[in-house]
Amino acid sequence: MIGYIIRRVLYAIPILIGVCFITFFLFYMTISPQDLARRNLSAKNPTQQQIKAWEIQHGYNKPKWQQFVDTTKGLFLFDFGRSDSVGGGKIITRLKQSWLPSFEIASLSFIASLIINLTAALIIAYFRGTYLDTFATSLCVVMMSITYLLYIIAGQFVLGRLMRISPIAGYLPGWESLRFVLLPVIVAVISGFASDTRLYRTFILDEINQDYVRTARAKGVSESLVLFRHVLKNAAVPVITNTVSAIPALFLGSILLENFFNIPGLGNYLVDAINNQDFAVVRANVFIGAIITIVGYMMTDIGYALVDPRVRLE
Amino acid sequence: MPTPLLEVQELRTWFSTSSGIAKAVDGVSFNLNAGETLAIVGESGSGKSITALSLMQLVPEPAGYIESGRILYGGKDLLDLTWEQMRSLRGKDLAMIFQEPMTSLNPVMTVGWQIREAMEVHGKYRGDEARQRTLSLLDKVGIRDPKQIVKQYPYELSGGMRQRVMIAMALSNDPKILLADEPTTALDVTVQAQILDLLANLQKQLGMTMLLITHDLGIVSRVAHRVAVMYGGQIVEQAETKQLLSNPQHPYTQGLIASLPTRARRGEDLYTMEGVVPAPTAWPVGCRFAARCPRKWELCERVIPDVYTAEDGRPVRCHLYSPTELDKTKSPAEVAS
Repeated sequence: MIGYIIRRVLYAIPILIGVCFITFFLFYMTISPQDLARRNLSAKNPTQQQIKAWEIQHGYNKPKWQQFVDTTKGLFLFDFGRSDSVGGGKIITRLKQSWLPSFEIASLSFIASLIINLTAALIIAYFRGTYLDTFATSLCVVMMSITYLLYIIAGQFVLGRLMRISPIAGYLPGWESLRFVLLPVIVAVISGFASDTRLYRTFILDEINQDYVRTARAKGVSESLVLFRHVLKNAAVPVITNTVSAIPALFLGSILLENFFNIPGLGNYLVDAINNQDFAVVRANVFIGAIITIVGYMMTDIGYALVDPRVRLE
Repeated sequence: MPTPLLEVQELRTWFSTSSGIAKAVDGVSFNLNAGETLAIVGESGSGKSITALSLMQLVPEPAGYIESGRILYGGKDLLDLTWEQMRSLRGKDLAMIFQEPMTSLNPVMTVGWQIREAMEVHGKYRGDEARQRTLSLLDKVGIRDPKQIVKQYPYELSGGMRQRVMIAMALSNDPKILLADEPTTALDVTVQAQILDLLANLQKQLGMTMLLITHDLGIVSRVAHRVAVMYGGQIVEQAETKQLLSNPQHPYTQGLIASLPTRARRGEDLYTMEGVVPAPTAWPVGCRFAARCPRKWELCERVIPDVYTAEDGRPVRCHLYSPTELDKTKSPAEVAS
C-alpha cells in the first residue's frame, strides 16, 4: 500500500508538469503580456515604459521557456507569488482565506449527499417493484430534468425569504459561517439527489440478484440484514468510484454556487481571476485543482482496496 | 412404512413472463422420509431446481410465485407461515446448498464470518462456541487447515473448497433436511466424486434427510435411496433407486437410462431422445412427453395422464399404466369409441 502511494505520487509529477504546460500554452494563445499589462495598470493610457516596467516586475520579460520553468518551479514549491492584477497581493494569502468556505461547502454536501442518497437508494431497492419504487424513480427523473439554477433560486426564496432560516447570500467567518453555508449545501444536496439515488439504486439492484444474496436468505438472514450487510458492502465498490472521484468536481463545481451565494471561496477566486485575465492566479488555481483531482483518484483506489478484498494495491 | 418428514402436495410454482405464465412446477407431489436421500432427476427446464427453491420459499421474486399446493412439515403447512416464521426455519431446519460455489458465497466477507453468521442469525451457537464450531465443521467437511481458511475470502479458494464451505455452512445449525441443488455440476469430475462421497457420508453420519437435485443419473445411483424423475414441471415416475435403474417404467425414464453408456453396450451407438422439453409457457394439452415418446398413442396427445400405480406399486404418470381395462394392442381412439 505504501509503495503504491509513493508510486502514485511520483506519477503525479509528470501529470502536474503537463497541466502547467497546457495552462501556460493556452495563456499565450489567448493574450500577450502587453495586453495583460495594459489591463492591469492603473494608468488609462500607459506608456511603453510603464508597460516594460510592469513586465519586468511580473517576470514577463524573460524568455518564454525561462518563464515556464520559473512559474512551474514556484507552483511545485507552493510559492505562488503575487497576483497580476492591480493590487498585486500575495496569492497564498487569498488562498488561505478562501479554501475554508469551499471546503465547508464541499465536505458538508459530500457527507450529507452520500448518507441521504445511499439511504434513499436502499429504501427504494428494498421496495423494488412496488409503486413506491416506480414513484421514486419517476420523481428522480423529474428532479434530474430541473436545472440547477432553479434549485438555487427556489432555495433562496424558500429558506431565505419565506422561512428566514439562512441568509440569501454572503459569508462571515467562524461558526457564523455555518448559517451562510447551509443554503448552498442544501442546494448541492438536492440537485445531486436524483441522479445519484437512481445510480445507487441500480448498483444495489445489480447486487440483489446475485447468488450470494440467495445464499444469505437461505441461511435465514433477515431481509434488512441482507440489504445492509451483504448487499451494501458489495455495492460499495461502484458507489465509491462514483462519489470519491467526484470530490474534485465538488470543489471546482462549487464555482456556480459560490458565485450565486457570493461566498468568497476558491471558485469565486478563480472566476474573478479569469475575468481579470489574472494569469498568476489562474495558474495557481488550476494547479491546486489538479492536485485535488489526483488525490481524489488516489483515494478512490484506496477506497476500493478497503472494501473489496480482491483488490490489492501493489 | 417410513414416516414422511416433509410432504409436498400438488405444488405449483409459476412465473409470470412476457410470453405468458410459465408453469415451471405444475402439480408436484412427493414425500421426503426421515433419514433418506431422495434424488429429483430431470433435464434443464424440468422444474427440479424451482421445486427445491419452492420448499425454501426462495423462488426469485417478483416474477415467480407459488400458485398453490401444500408443503407439510412438522404438522404445519409451510406455505401458511409468515415470511418471518419461514425465515427462522431457513438455515435451521431446512438448509440448502447451490450449484454455483463460485458465486454463492459473498465475495467481500471471510469464509469464517459467513459460516458464523449462519449460526448467529438463529442464536443456536454464539460467540466463541460458534467460532469453535466453525473450525470443527470445516474439519468435518474435509478442509485441511480450518484455522487458516476461516480468515480467507472466497476468491482465494478453489471451487471444490468453496462447495465444502457451503456444505459446512448448511450443516452449521444441524438441519433436519438438506436441499442440495446440483451440488457438483459446476465442479471438476474428480472433485465431484469427493463432494458426493462427502455428502453421502455426512448424510449417514448425521442421519440427515437429503433432497438431491441433479441431472446426472450416475450421481443418483451413487447416493440416492429413492428417485423422482421430473419432466415438464411434473414428476413422471418415483421408485427405489435400484428398481428405477434396473426396471424403468415411464417411457421417459426408459429413454434416459437407455442413453447412458454401459459396459454391456460398449462400442454401440448410444440411444438419443429426439426433440427438446416443451416451453413451460405452453405445455401441450396432453402428456407433456408425448411429442418425444416412442410409445405414444393418439390418446396421449389429447389427455394428460394421471398418476397411476405400476406393478410394483410405484407411481407413474403415463397412460400405459392406466388401470382401465384397455386393450393395449388397440389404439386408444378405437378403445374410446
